[in-house]
Amino acid sequence: MPKRTDLQTILLIGSGPIVIGQACEFDYSGVQACKALREEGYRVVLVNSNPATIMTDPEFADRTYIEPMTAEVLEQIIAIERPQAILPTIGGQTGLNLAIEIAEAGVLEKYGVELIGAKLPAIKKAEDRNLFKAAMEKIGLDLPRSGYARTLAEAEAVRREIPLPLIIRPSRTLGGTGGGVATTPEEFAAIVEGGLAASPTHELLIEESIAGWKEFELEVMRDGNDNVVIVCSIENFDPMGVHTGDSITVAPAQTLTDKEYQLMRNAAIRIIREIGVDTGGSNIQFGVHPDTGRLVIIEMNPRVSRSSALASKATGFPIAKIAAKLAVGYTLDEIRNDITRETPACFEPTIDYVVTKIPRFTFEKFPATRDVLGAQMKSVGEAMAIGRTFKESLQKAMRSLETGSYGFEPTDFEDEAELRRRLREPNAQRLWAVGDAFRSGLSLEEVARESRIDPWFLKNVQEIVAYEDELRRGGVERLAAAKAMGFSDVRIATLTGTSEDDVRGARGARELHAVYKKVDTCGAEFAALTPYFYSSFDAEDESDTTKRKKIVILGGGPNRIGQGIEFDDGGVHAAFALKDDGFETNMVNCNPDTVSTDYDTSDRLYFEPLTLEDVLAIVQREKPDGVIVQFGGQTPLKLAVPLHAAGVPIIGTSPDSIDRAEDRERFDEVLSKLDLLRPDNGIARTQAEAIAIANRIGYPVLVRPSYVLGGRAMEIIYEPHDLERYVRRAFAASPDRPLLIDRFLEDAIEVDVDAVSDGTDVVIGGIMEHIERAGVHSGDSACALPPTSINAEVQAEIRRQTIAMARELRVVGLMNVQYAVQKDTVYILEVNPRASRTVPFVSKAIGVPLAKIAARVMAGKTLAELGFTREVVPTHVSVKEAVFPFLKFPGVDTVLGPEMKSTGEVMGIGPSFGVAFAKAEVAAGTVLPRGGTAFISVRDEDRAGSIVAARRLHGLGFRIIATAGTAAALTREGIPAEAVNKVSEGSPHVVDALDAGTIALVINTPRPDAQELRDSFSIRRTALERKIPYFTTIAGAVAAAEAIAAMAAGPLGVKAVQAYHAELAGRA
Amino acid sequence: MSSTQHTRQAVLALADGTVFRGQAFGADGEVGGEVVFNTAMTGYQEILTDPSYSEQLVAMTYPEIGNVGVNREDVEAREPFVKGFIVKEYWDPPSNWRAEQSLGDYMRDHGIVGITGIDTRALVRHLRTHGAQEAIISTVDLDPDRLVARAKARPGLVGRDLVRGVTCTEPYDWNEPLWRLEGPTIGGAPDGNGPFVVAYDYGIKYNILRNLVSAGCRVRVVPATTSAKDVLAAKPDGVFLSNGPGDPDAVPYAKENVAGLIGKVPIFGICLGHQILGLALGGSTYKLKFGHHGANHPVMDATTGKVEITSQNHGFAVDVDSLQGKAKLTHLNLNDRTVEGLTHTTEPLFSVQYHPEASPGPHDSGYLFRRFVDLIERTKG
Repeated sequence: MPKRTDLQTILLIGSGPIVIGQACEFDYSGVQACKALREEGYRVVLVNSNPATIMTDPEFADRTYIEPMTAEVLEQIIAIERPQAILPTIGGQTGLNLAIEIAEAGVLEKYGVELIGAKLPAIKKAEDRNLFKAAMEKIGLDLPRSGYARTLAEAEAVRREIPLPLIIRPSRTLGGTGGGVATTPEEFAAIVEGGLAASPTHELLIEESIAGWKEFELEVMRDGNDNVVIVCSIENFDPMGVHTGDSITVAPAQTLTDKEYQLMRNAAIRIIREIGVDTGGSNIQFGVHPDTGRLVIIEMNPRVSRSSALASKATGFPIAKIAAKLAVGYTLDEIRNDITRETPACFEPTIDYVVTKIPRFTFEKFPATRDVLGAQMKSVGEAMAIGRTFKESLQKAMRSLETGSYGFEPTDFEDEAELRRRLREPNAQRLWAVGDAFRSGLSLEEVARESRIDPWFLKNVQEIVAYEDELRRGGVERLAAAKAMGFSDVRIATLTGTSEDDVRGARGARELHAVYKKVDTCGAEFAALTPYFYSSFDAEDESDTTKRKKIVILGGGPNRIGQGIEFDDGGVHAAFALKDDGFETNMVNCNPDTVSTDYDTSDRLYFEPLTLEDVLAIVQREKPDGVIVQFGGQTPLKLAVPLHAAGVPIIGTSPDSIDRAEDRERFDEVLSKLDLLRPDNGIARTQAEAIAIANRIGYPVLVRPSYVLGGRAMEIIYEPHDLERYVRRAFAASPDRPLLIDRFLEDAIEVDVDAVSDGTDVVIGGIMEHIERAGVHSGDSACALPPTSINAEVQAEIRRQTIAMARELRVVGLMNVQYAVQKDTVYILEVNPRASRTVPFVSKAIGVPLAKIAARVMAGKTLAELGFTREVVPTHVSVKEAVFPFLKFPGVDTVLGPEMKSTGEVMGIGPSFGVAFAKAEVAAGTVLPRGGTAFISVRDEDRAGSIVAARRLHGLGFRIIATAGTAAALTREGIPAEAVNKVSEGSPHVVDALDAGTIALVINTPRPDAQELRDSFSIRRTALERKIPYFTTIAGAVAAAEAIAAMAAGPLGVKAVQAYHAELAGRA
Repeated sequence: MSSTQHTRQAVLALADGTVFRGQAFGADGEVGGEVVFNTAMTGYQEILTDPSYSEQLVAMTYPEIGNVGVNREDVEAREPFVKGFIVKEYWDPPSNWRAEQSLGDYMRDHGIVGITGIDTRALVRHLRTHGAQEAIISTVDLDPDRLVARAKARPGLVGRDLVRGVTCTEPYDWNEPLWRLEGPTIGGAPDGNGPFVVAYDYGIKYNILRNLVSAGCRVRVVPATTSAKDVLAAKPDGVFLSNGPGDPDAVPYAKENVAGLIGKVPIFGICLGHQILGLALGGSTYKLKFGHHGANHPVMDATTGKVEITSQNHGFAVDVDSLQGKAKLTHLNLNDRTVEGLTHTTEPLFSVQYHPEASPGPHDSGYLFRRFVDLIERTKG
């Protein structure tokens, strides 16, 4: 069927901020959909609140709304843009839920808008547990069995029907309280009784436990002519019981015979037809009993997903792009396979390699939570690797994670009992525990019994670990076999007692080099024209390098807190800009969720780990004119010096300049040369030194170990005894690492500046004023552009210092500086000679693609040639707000500090700060109240600020309640405030009121000492879990009051970024 | 056992002089045949036991082979017919609840010589460029020059009648239905009223027979050389022409027998059966450069415009131009536009080049067996 001509404008819904479970895979799918639809001549309108996405770059859609993703906002956009259709299946669960909401509210009917891809009944049938179950039963497919019970007797009746173990889920309890898994009748009875008591409705769902079963996924596509293809099969290394997003997964399925695989395939086809997904992709998850092969359906997602992004990268079949084309009427046979360009997209990719994905966790950020994995997803990113064998792909994936692992390093464990527990209880380190288990002599059968991981996977690990002994004994003589098994040079060096350089040298002497093979969708049956490569220590190289002028761009690796989607943006823009300038672009990255690893983004894609070994191998093969390390965050930046030492041409800011900015002592020299200020500081190697430094510079101090990222283990310390405690712990953990101690500037305003320089001229991209005071990690702080409270002289001084540093460091490309302004004095906190987290935000605020300009500058253009010579100071206000994963980590406090904890960000744009901040809050999911009761409890330092906030709230009609001290202070200022008990003062206290739902807004700024944090913890946690807006900094609270005022003044309005940019251009 | 534990050496030598060195698995010895590649990611046991691979060496493009072992249920013929097996990484022990034996042991029991640890992708790219060709795998003589010379000396497939080597010697009845996870089906076998189908065995795959049975047919399998007269004497309601190895032009007796059946009884042909039907209708066949061997080939049904993902295994094809005015094209390969199915404007017959019985491969085309039964019923009625 040809494409539909009755549609002109199509609305795409993005997935909003990055949260655990919904990350940049939806930027990748969104970008593909935008490109695919515009290619077909449709006018694309996009809504997404996340400025860090590439899809929201103004060039990807005709109209881009960076607005809060609510039904109300969506309706306003529909009313303005009048799309004929909405494609709801590319924006994750957020996009789908929003589409359901407006469909049910009658908005689609009102404006005559059609859902394409999946219609409402299909979405509901897939999403609603009961409808889905009924649908599966109708087509004769098996699900885990279950039953409801309201009494113990009813529960026992269910137990007689369904074999133990059983999962008991009480209805309507928070966070699954009162539920559990029963393996014996006694346990069952006990949990049922507890669960019935815990459930307010005295009802339980009792479900067959399929924990430990084999888990599989199929990626399915269907077109309007009812053609269905399976794009990819995926087998989970971790059996059922671990969220698939937290599981190590492997493509294709490894342990199914054809007959078993076809059963699954047939089931998938029946499911997508029965659910009624008209066109597009779906992900279907299956459980398989390891001893009987019984096949049960776990769930279906009627949209593109993280798995579909993985499947696209794993096979070269671009699911989201094709889903978009199918949604506008094409059939699969009418769409060309981009990779072969000869054959149609109506086929099933066959692959001749093994793909492994390993999730990346950041449990170290949340010490109050154990790293145990279960039904709730906890990982924040993932790395994918491709190898010719499972072993090669697994070990490549391990080093792609960038957690310091280069293979199966031994881990610390007390005894065999602990080791067995780590095998049994899924956790972030289980893969390495499997290695330890074989190392300590456990048999394959024992490890399989404890972990329930399929013996095929385990045997592979066992052979890798066994070969470590061979390597120890045989040394470099074993190199060829070791490399074919995926061993990294670093791991081989460790095992053979040599260095990475030695191993590389030994390989060179033996002509042992990685070869590059193509991902071609067809197992080499047809010639592939799209150069998408992975390395292998196999025989034949098919990289066919060119003699063109070329640039290698290093990506950012797996997402993690502190290094997220923002760092993909730069690399992607560099690829686009340099391609336009006539360079061949070679992208290197290992993150399957990103736009950078789309084969469409660069001329040549290397899906490879970002380690020195892997990058050097590519550079040696490609012989590029330059390598860009500035985009992608710390990952490529930390390779700058070793790559430079190996003779690799780094373009942009020189590795020496990078080192001058990164190395603390060399940076001090830069500052004193320029006569710039930074907070007093020192480096301590002993406890005595630490105390002496703190005494010299004065408390409070900011302490952290050297060589950390994302503010890891950074603390603000107010008292000598706290410093002693910190120092003792830090030196016990890593005795060799000095501690960095800075004077902490209290009540200072933090400022972020992004600038671009060509080595001569420097242009400021944007000056951002943080809402939260210094001490909160810049990634966790909201910020406004342009600044709202810093006066013109101070801004001028900030500009002067930025330009001076850029010149001194001979920055070519981007630079980010963080300042603290205390009483009009400007201090430099740090300089990063690279693209920062805020570059995409700034680019959208000012309407200038900074990353593109930076890339072209690095490749030799001047800013004058590019026409970017003057800072753009917008008349509108842009606010960036952070989004946090606290709900996923029970027991974790929500107080912000120097250690970054946010996973994503949103942007609010408006004519005033109040409107922009209100939009940012709504976009971040904080539903600001328009009235009601506000609870205020602040530390002494915040008294003045609390009065500002309280007065404003009072004026807006809020009732104020406060803890005794705060209430007294407010009353003294003439603001009526009622006192309420702290939790420690006994009931009825503030948490009772929160539980009762009588508080609409919480302002709580505890002093960061352990006692006070403990006392007020339940306030913040309860507010979080009850979704009551809460602010833990006074500046945030004041801003919130202003936002509430803006909301009271009238509707916030919506406006496309292209309209803002046109205004800026008109002004200039 | 995986790549780390192999000790025996093996060499694969192609007639054009290309040599791959690897390790041996399966049986010791030396085998020769045409080397072809198969792109299916599952189903190596079905591939090994497919008689169409007679006189061939098969290279699997999927690198990890042996993972699921072998079992009694997943066979497609009385014994395996592939002579040599070429993989990137042979895997042992198997991990699957139905596995009864490792692949290597099975191959050893059946005299199949295996080579592992070679760059199979390089081999496939070579075959894609230079075409399928004769080759030798040896674990006993590792001298590349001698092996290349012997590969060159091999006769090749064109013009050779390989059907005689694989067909049954005596007719037999078949009543096993399709495999089910739940175990052997009781019932499902045809009652006495289903259509009676005589199936020519040119190298028939069991799953064709199982599909016929599950579609309700009573099935009798007859040797490839059975005359049309003998077939008609059995009074079949329909005749089935099976898949099989080699060059369709090399089995003129089959073409003549089929010509004697056209118009007298409904006919359904698959693969070699399809090619023979094409020849019997007056068409011609030719050899493809490297054939179609896999489980992901898109085929469009010309009447509905719908696409099936098909299992394929053939080195020869029917020439579309040669069918002008003699038969109607019903199915088209979307990758290379070759003929995938034909029918006649007046006579009750149809055939497909691909494998609707799958095994291995997708089940999208299983409806064709039902269509055969419908054709029989329509013709009768």
